[in-house]
Amino acid sequence: MTLLIMVFAAVTVTVKWYTRKDDSMRLGILCFLYWGASIMWLVDALFEYAELRADYFAPSPEDMLNDTFLGLSAVALGLVIWLVRLLVTDPKGSVRRMLKQS
Amino acid sequence: MACFLVSAAEAVVVTAVEKNAEKKECKHDGHVEVKETKIPLSRKLKWLTYLLWGGVAMLAFEHIWHGEVTPFFPFLTAMNSPEDASEMFREMATVGVGMAVLLTGVWGGMCAVADRIVKRESDSETKEETV
Repeated sequence: MTLLIMVFAAVTVTVKWYTRKDDSMRLGILCFLYWGASIMWLVDALFEYAELRADYFAPSPEDMLNDTFLGLSAVALGLVIWLVRLLVTDPKGSVRRMLKQS
Repeated sequence: MACFLVSAAEAVVVTAVEKNAEKKECKHDGHVEVKETKIPLSRKLKWLTYLLWGGVAMLAFEHIWHGEVTPFFPFLTAMNSPEDASEMFREMATVGVGMAVLLTGVWGGMCAVADRIVKRESDSETKEETV
């Protein structure tokens, strides 16, 4: 479930990156972040599948709920990392303008 | 258990190599020298560092979530007993190395495709100029 949520997040951000008008939001970084996590979780899932076989696709409701929370939390963490980096690098100069005004 | 440490180690090495490559590609005025028909190595390495650090951050978060990483020494719960430690090293050698290899392979494929796209673009521009 975590892998599935991360892949959906990666695909959504990639589509958003492809249709962007300019690069001021630095969406590419978020794409790399989510795809990196997706690939790593895919390998984790493959090894788990090799061990559990068909049982891998029948998780308990408790595990599924926990994995869903984990996936959503990981997506939120990725967004926070991207946002902090965006504000620090400040490609649009909004933060600098605000600091000069105050 | 600690499979993300393999990719973390790779990320540290690649980041150092990327900084070095960027320095070499820089002109005296501080701008990166870019050939029109080729993507600079430093930019390609930057993609890999983003992929690696992104994956490491998420996997580290997952391990904290599952209580496998602690804020106190030895930081990994698997290090508390020799049996768990050997299991952890086995996982690092299989899952961890698998993650690093697949991630690097995907990046390699991505670079090859990106080079082809840039080459195709420059070839079509050259054709237009000659016509």
